Amino acid sequence: MDLSSISPILLVASIMVSATPIMLAAIGELVVEKSGTLNLGVEGMMITGAVVGFAAAVNTTSPLVGFAAAAGAGALLSLVFAILTQYLLSNQVATGLGLTLAGLGLSALLGKPYEGIKSPTLPKLDLGPLSDIPGLGTMFFKHDIMVYLSILLVIAVWAFLKYTRAGLILRAVGESHDSAHALGYKVVRVRMLAILFGGACAGLGGAYLSLVRVPQWTEGMTAGAGWIALAIVVFASWRPWRIMVGAYLFGGITVLQLNLQAAGVKVPVALLSASPYLVTILVLVIISARGAHGAPASLGRSFHASN
Amino acid sequence: MLRLEKRPEPSRAWVALSPLLAVALTMIVGGALFSMLGANPFEAIRTIFWDPIFSPQFSGFTRPQLLVKAGPLILIAIGLSIGFRAGIWNIGAEGQYIMGAICGAGAGLALYPSESPLIFPLMLLFGALGGWAWAMIPALLKTKLGTNEILVSLMLVYVAETILASAASGFLRNPDGMGFPGSRNFKEWGNVHNGELIANTGLHWGVVAAFIAVIGAYVLFSRHIQGFNIRLTGDAPRAARFSGVNPTRIVLFCLGMSGALAGMAGLFEVAGPAGQITIDFNAGYGFTAIIVAFLGRLNPIGILLAGLLMALTYIGGELAQLMLGVPGAAIQLFQGMLLFFLLATDVFSNYRLRLAKKEVA
Repeated sequence: MDLSSISPILLVASIMVSATPIMLAAIGELVVEKSGTLNLGVEGMMITGAVVGFAAAVNTTSPLVGFAAAAGAGALLSLVFAILTQYLLSNQVATGLGLTLAGLGLSALLGKPYEGIKSPTLPKLDLGPLSDIPGLGTMFFKHDIMVYLSILLVIAVWAFLKYTRAGLILRAVGESHDSAHALGYKVVRVRMLAILFGGACAGLGGAYLSLVRVPQWTEGMTAGAGWIALAIVVFASWRPWRIMVGAYLFGGITVLQLNLQAAGVKVPVALLSASPYLVTILVLVIISARGAHGAPASLGRSFHASN
Repeated sequence: MLRLEKRPEPSRAWVALSPLLAVALTMIVGGALFSMLGANPFEAIRTIFWDPIFSPQFSGFTRPQLLVKAGPLILIAIGLSIGFRAGIWNIGAEGQYIMGAICGAGAGLALYPSESPLIFPLMLLFGALGGWAWAMIPALLKTKLGTNEILVSLMLVYVAETILASAASGFLRNPDGMGFPGSRNFKEWGNVHNGELIANTGLHWGVVAAFIAVIGAYVLFSRHIQGFNIRLTGDAPRAARFSGVNPTRIVLFCLGMSGALAGMAGLFEVAGPAGQITIDFNAGYGFTAIIVAFLGRLNPIGILLAGLLMALTYIGGELAQLMLGVPGAAIQLFQGMLLFFLLATDVFSNYRLRLAKKEVA
């Protein structure tokens, strides 16, 4: 066992990277849930984004095109969920699960020709003097653009929900769709847009996995990241800032257990590999034991104007 | 403009019709998918839905597979449907299935090489207990602390998979296996092997258990007060509370039942068709069973039919892979599509389409 082989500076840097995909997916799902819809298909949209982004990036040799395509693919897949739950009033839990199962199948199908290829990856940004600060520079200021975009996205969502009229309407729809409808807001339209946004974010998160974090395509590569993103929304009590905390916490655990495995710590490998999932459960337990929920009141309920 | 109008009562005709319509739509869209993949759509559909049972060339081998694959799907889906009816979403059946297999196989292997006829029943008991215990984790967390059972049960699938990996290459590894991962093979262990009961039918104890579970669930829902309470909890939780139904007991019963059935399915599989604990003996039945449960309208008879249909797509999918070069993943997508179309056509059970008249705003 050699813990000194783990450099704290590189550890923080890799936590930033490993937290990004779940942060993107989680902030998208937060908006969806704030509008009163529970989309359990995050895993399916993420992995579809991963494969579509990878394929687009390989074929155009541009990772940015890859990310754009991934966002589009995620949104397209979420459109299926949106139409089923919003217009055909299907059960949201069942539809979300179906989306995940279909997404896993779709991605495996699309990804076959891309196995074992390397993709073009995002360059690290050079933030001038900031990047040159010893230690801190490597930790925080030498990442690719998506790391910063994901943080900006969290801030933007926070500002949108808190300070804009549209954000207020979205929250109203999520808290009481009947009241929002009575006030003349288009409940279904608001939710459709929220679901599409969530799908695009999940797609981006998936593409970050396949283009930057790994960077390769393997079948089933999200390995529950979408579900962890769903758990982070609960952990965050539906508040954007806490999404960031949650994502970095889980990114930290993932990176730390990989580092510990590499360092040969005398802990069973199975326990280390399972640790992100065990910690997710633990966090859910603590949050629910505290009793502070803050879930949108209409979460998971179908809306039909006749009701 | 068309608009949906809520029916005063769900249409019985549509409840029965929508799965058939969903299958038909899946065939059409799936056929289009296959033609995009370069296969003749009609041939692909025939290979998947017809050849496994009727083709003189393959059916000798594929027909028994129907029961082998349908058995675990039905057994797990019956358990899931009990919870889904009560609004309890156990989506971690895959984990309970794995843990049942590990516990049951472990109990048996501890007594190797005894040939006692009691070993198999003992393994079955431990298999059911393993699945039950794994499902009790989300159940207790939900009842004691109100933790979301969807996320906990799903996270436990990944935990179970890591345990399976270390079982296959560690504590359950065959000591005579020259270091290869995987447990001893139950197929070489006489009395303990869960083999075919009637030659060339695919009928093993797991299939028998699945049929018993179908009958049991039917009786539970149509004749037993607990089944009524479960349905009441799902349809009107507040009304259930007022009528004295204890929600905690419903959660424990539903999750425990689905866990035990999934665990038994895992044991039947590992002691029979799979033969040994390997890192990937679990073929995702726990997830496909969710589709089966919905496709069967959470109704025991429906689940029986849906399980057979889903098993058919598995076998037909393998056949299409072999004969037409259709990728295996296409079948997974095909199954997912089936669920989507079912959910989409389901709307007509509760709503009807009407031409909307001009409304006063």
